[in-house]
Amino acid sequence: MSSSDLTWEPSPREQERRAVRRALRRRRGLLAAVVTVTVFVALGLVVTSSEGWDQFKALFLSWHHAKEAFPAIAKGFWINIKMFVVGEILILVVGVLVAVTRNTVTPWLTPLRIVAVIYTDVFRGLPTLLVVFVICIGVPALRIEGIPTNVTVLGTFALVLCYGAYVAEVIRAGIDSIHPSQIASAEALGLGRAQTTRYVVLPQAIRRVMPPLLNDFVSLQKDTSLVASVGVFESLFAAQDYGNYNFNYTPLLVSGLFFLALTIPLARLTDWLGRRALIRERGR
Amino acid sequence: MTEVLLQVENLRKSYGDNVVLDDIDLTVAKHDVICLIGSSGSGKSTLLRCLNLLEQVDDGVISFGGREITDPRIDPRAVRREIGMVFQAYNLFPHLSVLANCTLAPVRAGGVGRRDAEDRARTLLARFGLADKASVHPDQLSGGQQQRVALVRALCTEPKLLLLDEITAALDPELVGEVLEIVRAEAEAGMTMILATHEMAFARDVATSVCFLHQGRILEQGPPAQIFTAPREERTRAFLQRVL
Ligand SMILES: Nc1ncnc2c1ncn2[C@@H]1O[C@H](COP(=O)(O)OP(=O)(O)OP(=O)(O)O)[C@@H](O)[C@H]1O
Ligand SMILES: [Mg+2]
Repeated sequence: MSSSDLTWEPSPREQERRAVRRALRRRRGLLAAVVTVTVFVALGLVVTSSEGWDQFKALFLSWHHAKEAFPAIAKGFWINIKMFVVGEILILVVGVLVAVTRNTVTPWLTPLRIVAVIYTDVFRGLPTLLVVFVICIGVPALRIEGIPTNVTVLGTFALVLCYGAYVAEVIRAGIDSIHPSQIASAEALGLGRAQTTRYVVLPQAIRRVMPPLLNDFVSLQKDTSLVASVGVFESLFAAQDYGNYNFNYTPLLVSGLFFLALTIPLARLTDWLGRRALIRERGR
Repeated sequence: MTEVLLQVENLRKSYGDNVVLDDIDLTVAKHDVICLIGSSGSGKSTLLRCLNLLEQVDDGVISFGGREITDPRIDPRAVRREIGMVFQAYNLFPHLSVLANCTLAPVRAGGVGRRDAEDRARTLLARFGLADKASVHPDQLSGGQQQRVALVRALCTEPKLLLLDEITAALDPELVGEVLEIVRAEAEAGMTMILATHEMAFARDVATSVCFLHQGRILEQGPPAQIFTAPREERTRAFLQRVL
């Protein structure tokens, strides 16, 4: 309001309060640090003092084998990346379409609504591995002209089918959580049902379900390894292959690190995006 | 003879560079009904939110019942248990029935037995004409009914001080009366209240004291008879001319 008091100086009482707040914050920080360090040190001691620790180290933590297997795993991981980048985009499209379809009311779309319900029920219920097998082996067996036979492509398609069903339900839950007054005020402004969904409901819904959506996407990243079972040489397959020849399992952990290196930044990024949106809306 | 319940000294609150409240002094005695008036954006809601510790003040001291509540070591929940607040937008919990809305805080935070809390809630609901709505969910009520439930919910915690933020602003004129009736009844029963309002007639009627806020300052304070008929400040007069 007034800009007259740029000269404002905190009163002694306020300065005292700030000091107390700082002290409280410091005390909380210290407590958190002590608790954290104690817990992790204790855990580390339990593991490293166990009887089989040396054996475990030789089998899972060999620097030599990590280096040897690295190129093959990295090459395989490139396949994982391609699969889930393409997959995530398609899944989001499928998920939104199915969720929105299920929430429509026009009688014209009744058959589509039924298809959407059956789709989610079936593909959520089937084990992902089964769908991968059926699509990657069954579809080429049909020998239909023009349908791709590349297993990586088919495997991605299978994953999209399964995860699309999960994501559709997550998004539908988000849509249902938006208060009816939002829809009422959008329609009162003259927006149509589709516009209301597109510009008012979906943006709020997607933001609200960001954490569970991320869950599904991280889960998808890991499940790209399922295509190993139909012979795609992705990173986990490469690691396993190396391990079986050399009797060492370090490559499995290396492959695991690749997955983590992708998942953790993604989680931090979505957290940051969510917080930024909140700050913009609530002004603090 | 009057016992001071709430004392505000030199309160200051800003959002970034925007100084929203500046140098606010206010003394509230038991059984006082203080009306905050002033144009939109003058800081009425912010002041009420500061009193309830929903906002951290930048400077100044708020004492409640003789204790400084702006002290960082104080547990804000303990303070809020003694101060009831009702918002303009009702803010009822849509997933709970009217009765459950009213008993949630007394049972979970106030340590009152469920039976006692429900009895008290039903008594209050009945007193304000909502006896048959106890088991209904809030979204099925009219605006006036929702706001009355919000008032009952605040009263159920037996607060020592009630903060009301433009509780009739979202209601059509017909419903304003039924909500204000509750406020009047509580005022007559001796409840201490601070309310932000645009209902000048009501303020004149129930207030023991009226504060005119202008650009984050209390420009003028006095009994309604004086403020509404013979304001000292030119800006108060201008504001009243616009709204009366
Ligand atoms: N969270 C916030 N972040 C930044 N500025 C805010 C915030 N809340 C309020 N303000 C600013 O504080 C000022 C006072 O707002 P406040 O809501 O207290 O006004 P008011 O007197 O209650 O107005 P009204 O009669 O319209 O309810 C306004 O200028 C507003 O822009
Ligand atoms: Mg306000």
